[in-house]
Amino acid sequence: MTIGYQRSHLRQLEAEAIYVIREVAAQFERPVLLFSGGKDSITMAHLARKAFYPAKIPFPLLHVDTGHNFEETIKFRDQYMEEIGARLIVRYVQDSIDQGRVVEETGPYASRNGLQTVTLLDALKEFNFEAALGGARRDEEKARAKERFFSHRDAFGQWDPKNQRPELWNLYNGLKLQGESFRVFPISNWTELDVWMYTREEGIELPSLYFSHKRNIIQRDGVLLGASDVVYPVGDEKIEEMTVRFRTIGDMTCTGAVESPAADIDDIIQEVASARVTERGARADDKRSEAAMEDRKKQGYF
Amino acid sequence: MTIELLRFTTAGSVDDGKSTLIGRLLYDTKSLFEDQIEAIEKTSQARGDEYVDLALFTDGLRAEREQKITIDVAYRYFATPKRKFIIADTPGHVQYTRNMVTGASTAELAIILIDARKGVLTQSRRHGFIASLLQIPHVVVAINKMDLVDFDEQIYRDIVAEFRDFSTLIDIPSITYIPLSALDGDNVVHKSDKTPWYNGPTLLNHLETVNVGAGRNLVDFRYPVQYVLRPNQNFRGYAGQITSGRIAVGEEVVAFPSGLTSKVKSIVTMGDDLQEAVTGESIVLTLEDEIDISRGDMIVRQGNLPTKDNRIDATICWMNETPFDPDANYMLMHNTRLVRAMVTKLNYKVDVNTMKREDADGLQLNEIGRVQLTTTQPLFFDSYNKNRLTGSFILIDQATNTTVAAGMIRGASREVDDLVDVTSDEQEIRRARSENVVWEAGALSLEERESQNNHQAAVLWFTGLSGSGKSTVAKALERKLYELNVQTMFLDGDNLRHGLNGDLGFSPADRAENIRRVAEVAGLGFAHGNVVLASFISPYQRDRDFARSILPKGRFLEIYAKCDLEVLKRRDPKGLYAKALSGEIKNFTGISAPYEEPSSPDIVIETDIEDVDSSVNKLIALLREKGIISASV
Ligand SMILES: Nc1nc2c(ncn2[C@@H]2O[C@H](COP(=O)(O)OP(=O)(O)O)[C@@H](O)[C@H]2O)c(=O)[nH]1
Repeated sequence: MTIGYQRSHLRQLEAEAIYVIREVAAQFERPVLLFSGGKDSITMAHLARKAFYPAKIPFPLLHVDTGHNFEETIKFRDQYMEEIGARLIVRYVQDSIDQGRVVEETGPYASRNGLQTVTLLDALKEFNFEAALGGARRDEEKARAKERFFSHRDAFGQWDPKNQRPELWNLYNGLKLQGESFRVFPISNWTELDVWMYTREEGIELPSLYFSHKRNIIQRDGVLLGASDVVYPVGDEKIEEMTVRFRTIGDMTCTGAVESPAADIDDIIQEVASARVTERGARADDKRSEAAMEDRKKQGYF
Repeated sequence: MTIELLRFTTAGSVDDGKSTLIGRLLYDTKSLFEDQIEAIEKTSQARGDEYVDLALFTDGLRAEREQKITIDVAYRYFATPKRKFIIADTPGHVQYTRNMVTGASTAELAIILIDARKGVLTQSRRHGFIASLLQIPHVVVAINKMDLVDFDEQIYRDIVAEFRDFSTLIDIPSITYIPLSALDGDNVVHKSDKTPWYNGPTLLNHLETVNVGAGRNLVDFRYPVQYVLRPNQNFRGYAGQITSGRIAVGEEVVAFPSGLTSKVKSIVTMGDDLQEAVTGESIVLTLEDEIDISRGDMIVRQGNLPTKDNRIDATICWMNETPFDPDANYMLMHNTRLVRAMVTKLNYKVDVNTMKREDADGLQLNEIGRVQLTTTQPLFFDSYNKNRLTGSFILIDQATNTTVAAGMIRGASREVDDLVDVTSDEQEIRRARSENVVWEAGALSLEERESQNNHQAAVLWFTGLSGSGKSTVAKALERKLYELNVQTMFLDGDNLRHGLNGDLGFSPADRAENIRRVAEVAGLGFAHGNVVLASFISPYQRDRDFARSILPKGRFLEIYAKCDLEVLKRRDPKGLYAKALSGEIKNFTGISAPYEEPSSPDIVIETDIEDVDSSVNKLIALLREKGIISASV
């Protein structure tokens, strides 16, 4: 029997991502995969496993721990690493603070999201990583729409939108000068819905935070934040128990939840397909200004 | 139901409404989110616009927003229940060629915007030319701002006619014309009631139904090795993505450059092993034998080989501010292979606006040129026409490591000497010469014959797919020439295959020999003062080039009888396409054997839209223009 040539969009996106991940392993001596514990980086790790099967992923994974992670994220991370037998490196924002590399924001609105950049760049330098694979997607935010698969960074880790290499066909130019590096985004062409559909098709397990659960919530500027040691009520804010889930998982201080009864992946796909707000819309730090992402990118954030 | 993927690119001059159109597509397919719409509303208000400017959604970076222009390729996504779309949105100012080439390299369809008030501009032609250069299989000409011309049918028709006329000069298999208003949404997603005279699809309708995968090569198995997996002593796997064709367990393969052969043992994936894999899949192959294969090598099927050469004839587009330096060495990336390359010759550059060739001693940003390259190690390639991914490459500057050019391979670089001399490439046509035979000159010279005949001798070479109408037009032309007292000779593929070429089949080698004999016969007819009309499918450019090479300059005219493959399948008077599609006939040009469209024919006759008489008239005009028959007869 012969099989047809027409393949679903998910298979095509998967093949493209695997191709890019293999190019990274082939073109760089010291690549690393950035792992945040969110669905995009779990998908990335899954793709990396597929890319090199039956061999193990030939590079380590790096987690920058803000110290403001949800407990579930860390538990899931450690279990997952054990399961796939990957090498995990963890670097802590707290260490950067203790070393005086960064100064922590204070007050109830304090976020460590901005500080991550320094810890990340320090870690990349420490191990001399030349290419960092990330799970960012172009559909997430306007400034990302022009991002390349192979995104060139100067010796300071900075991104210059005017100075990016043209990318043609499936030819990814990873040549670089001493000190320069790359950020590589194999799932650039995926949308949030694609990621969800793919995790369903592949039966990928995800942290429980993504699914509907009861949680103590503080409403702040229209964003639903989970109450914790680092997020507590100010002024006339109240803690209420709500049925929520998270669309992205990051720093507790700025990752907003959505009220949702979606308890399994089918529900979530339904919900995402009819969603009226982008996933980043629920993130407090992106709201600060329309050009916020662009500014942070120039500093080396993804 | 599976969702298909379509990648397309958009092209338009500044202010033709490209951003508005994309915004409209996203808005009307409900692909925009509330917070995005809110953000655009805020910006629109702050700027003092009267309406929500949909264009703002796609204008990305701050600098551009301030200058109100987009500066690079941006990618957008939307989906309908049938398809997911990836849009490569490329802006329309000076740096345009570079950006459009980038966006077009992965696109299967291009939307070319035309402002209904302005009609077909120089830029529109440029966009068409680039789409053709990059071999995008489908083009949509979106005639925008119809609201500003009162949805006037005649204006639409005139623009269609003008673009159609221009399109005979380029090579685009399918063009669809749609009248629309991006601002108001007419015929974008919803059918407009203001264009009752238009029966075609809406833009979205077309995007959802156009044949996907048209640009892929499903015949020639090509597998560039990306990465070698060696988890333990017992396993050696070659990771890669199938560039074209398909492969199954048990098939015999050859690895380039070593030339060593083996059989496919298994196709490994993290799920189950596969029995067979097709174009586009990322897989791991293992072979029966331990042969030395590393990254940059290519695995292909025995009996279907790419060209292996280190001299390459290519078209390049220069993409860097620093101009092309003929004396510099560049790195060349082709599939997974990285080699050093030198441009040995810059034949000419092409003016993207007029498509005219010009002498050149360098190339600037956004210029396109024809070059001959020599690489330090051979590449394994196909011509870009035949296979977009094994026929493309980039050049990289050695000092800065930036990508400076995009290249499309036309073939191995050949000098005339290579054709005449015996080379190692078996399939290359050579001018066969028996030893110790001296050319016997006729008693009369060509000049004497020509002056007696009152016209010049020439070979008119008709090429095109089976059923495209080559012979019909050639015969009608011969009748017309007879009436004009021109001495003619008619050679036709089918007739010659009955006698002189009865011993030949349809493999590439036999086709080459067929054409060699025909070209020689045409040459004899020419030497005797005839206008020779030769009608042969002649699918390979190099075969036609051979025919050209044995005749004096200007006396060989390549006439391309162009007809849409879909039309041919529908017409199919001899039932051949049906048989070819069912596999009953093998190696059938256009279906199971390649047809290389002429890269620079002397004239194109479009047999699917023009009638025989108008084709004949065009050809007579061409013969007059070239001075083969005099203007008075
Ligand atoms: N009347 C009318 N105006 C349009 C249409 N499409 C775009 N425009 C306007 O033309 C101008 C340029 O559009 P824009 O999308 O920014 O063009 P771009 O430079 O091609 O992206 C804007 O003022 C649009 O509102 C249309 O279909 N009808």
